[in-house]
Amino acid sequence: MRIDKKTKDNLITYGIVVATFLIVQALASTGHLTNHIKGLLVPMTYYAIIAVALNLCVGILGELSIGHCGFMCIGAFTSAAFSKITAEKIPSGPRFLIAFVIGIAFAALFGFLIGIPVLRLKGDYLAIVTLAFGEIIKNVINAFYIGIDSKGMHFSMENQMALGLEPDGLMVVNGAMGITGTPHDASFTIGIVMLLVSLVVVLNLINSRDGRAIMAIRDNYIAAEASGINVTRYKMLAFTISAAIAGAAGVLYSHNITTLTASSQYFGYNASIMILVYVVLGGIGNIRGSVVAACILYLLPELLRGLNKYRMLIYSIVLIVMMIVNWSPKVIEWRKKTFANFGIKKKV
Amino acid sequence: MKKFSKAVSALMASVMAASMLAGCTDAASTETPDTQAQAQGTESSANGGATFKIGAIGPLTGAAAVYGNAVCNAAELAVEEINEAGGINGYQVEYSKEDDELNAEKSVNAYNTLKDWGMQILVGSTTSACSIAVSENTKADNMFQLTPSGSAEECVKYDNVFRVCFSDPNQGIASAQYIADHNLATKVGIIYDNSDVYSNGIYQKFKEEAAGKNFEIVSEEAFTADNATDFSVQLQKAKDAGADLVFLPIYYQAASLILTQANTMGYSPVFFGVDGMDGILSVENFDTKLAEGVMLLTPFAADAKDDLTVNFVKKYQEKYGEVPNQFAADAYDAVYIIKQALEAKSATPDMSTSDICEAVKAAMTEIEASGLTSAKMTWDASGEPNKEPKAVVIKEGAYVSAE
Repeated sequence: MRIDKKTKDNLITYGIVVATFLIVQALASTGHLTNHIKGLLVPMTYYAIIAVALNLCVGILGELSIGHCGFMCIGAFTSAAFSKITAEKIPSGPRFLIAFVIGIAFAALFGFLIGIPVLRLKGDYLAIVTLAFGEIIKNVINAFYIGIDSKGMHFSMENQMALGLEPDGLMVVNGAMGITGTPHDASFTIGIVMLLVSLVVVLNLINSRDGRAIMAIRDNYIAAEASGINVTRYKMLAFTISAAIAGAAGVLYSHNITTLTASSQYFGYNASIMILVYVVLGGIGNIRGSVVAACILYLLPELLRGLNKYRMLIYSIVLIVMMIVNWSPKVIEWRKKTFANFGIKKKV
Repeated sequence: MKKFSKAVSALMASVMAASMLAGCTDAASTETPDTQAQAQGTESSANGGATFKIGAIGPLTGAAAVYGNAVCNAAELAVEEINEAGGINGYQVEYSKEDDELNAEKSVNAYNTLKDWGMQILVGSTTSACSIAVSENTKADNMFQLTPSGSAEECVKYDNVFRVCFSDPNQGIASAQYIADHNLATKVGIIYDNSDVYSNGIYQKFKEEAAGKNFEIVSEEAFTADNATDFSVQLQKAKDAGADLVFLPIYYQAASLILTQANTMGYSPVFFGVDGMDGILSVENFDTKLAEGVMLLTPFAADAKDDLTVNFVKKYQEKYGEVPNQFAADAYDAVYIIKQALEAKSATPDMSTSDICEAVKAAMTEIEASGLTSAKMTWDASGEPNKEPKAVVIKEGAYVSAE
């Protein structure tokens, strides 16, 4: 059987994810995993997913977005609100599936709506506008009060009392307090499945006709337009898919932690930049690299817990060292020379 | 280049796998040096080395580090005192703390780390959202959780979780009642932080409780954490509405700015705060004269003259070089409450975590604790403490009882 280079490359990516999953499952079933590591597995998958989403936007579409956590926020809130309302009415399996559909659909919708004005811009301007939209999403959600009782849905942007909820009513979104008590549906298996799905979507998109058009826009906007590519359409396509995948990460997030607040440390621009760090360190345009970098960089500060306050310092140093080792031309040259001697055997 | 990036990604993948494996084997031995030292120190105890293991979680780094460090330091101090005095039921106590960076996700990770260490009872988390997230896990593991300062209503929704501090709603209700009972005002203005769970919680209940009381709420102005520097608009509205008391259910940093700006515009109502206001006298570059006459409901004042407080403040200052705040007092009480509950049921460290939880849970509703934050605290099964709020007023740069 002959498979071309790209397919082989993609298969390696899926293989790494599946192999990691199998190794972890084997370790877990033989009792070799500590509670700490078990707790880190699900967050690792959703950070990998959002890194893949952002890499589609930054690496393939070539537009810098620093508001991607805003889409994650939308996915998280819409799906968590749904799950909370239907917690007792629908069994957990189908409920979580519908929650995924809702979270992804809303994130995609907002990705589309925000894409309309944003994608008219380029480069730095686009980055700053995405930053602003990320903040707007977060702040608007912070002002929402939504409750539900026998009379139906109540909505206010003022405060909890303005809802006039019946005493037995259910407070769904409580302003800055967000959503508490979302059912704990996410698991490592579901996380890995979602990661594989998003990898399949993104890698197939890249290798498709649409993907080549998107990359043509990235490489030379004017040439792409001149050769008849509908620039707006392909930009919107990539941006919306990217937002939808970020929404899926949000769904996993909100169903893993039972408190969901739209505050800066989870969905602000700092969080968005952290994802961007995963993407840049993993390699812009290198989807597999994003997954690996997201896993390592999420695990690192956690595994360094024993070092207490120094772990933040070490984390920053590791970031700098990784950046230099991966991307400095001099180091790349040196490594090429060193590996050239026994490179043939070393190469996979 | 292609070859190379492939080699790198293969390398990275193996690093990832290796780091995960390393994580598995390491975690058992990643105890911090001081816990190991403690473990060695306690091996000589009378009971063949069995110890109670108490863990604490709080934001030790980042913007809220003041609160997390206060909780973790005070809990450490209490554990040391208990060990010196012979331990709990004759068993020594081991203590470990973990950082959560004010992040619910990290708080759960911190909890799992402590669980690997062998924690039997949790003092934490320090903040509300983190505490709620962790309570989901303690419930699943049936581990006893006593949060010193998680004040949101949902913190204690499970039966294995209790708290030391007042809940946000209780503070709102108590404030409204206090203002009404003491005829402090006829027109009340409120300035609150609507991006903060704590501030919102108090504000909402205060407003509900104020309906039908002998004062009227004339202005309700919000700010968010992102624009907590200029309050002239909010103050002007309160002034124009003729508010003779301004209720500030916020933390002290913002409150100090409000007091300064009110002074600049020549507006001097009575300012009434809640426990987050504690600490206002230690704000740098803040003229404490401006805080003259400010009233606050707080469970703890560092310059109270009773023996327990004097002793605690002295020891805390010696060890950590700062004056403890109410978070520290809550955590200190929390450890002693756990001690009292364990002693009430004669619990031993060789019991399973779940059995200890059941024993302490039962004991909590029976004991009557006395500590820094109240002379008499009792709990019902809901996990809420019953204690009297103390009102203090700032006079000549010090907290004085308002009664």
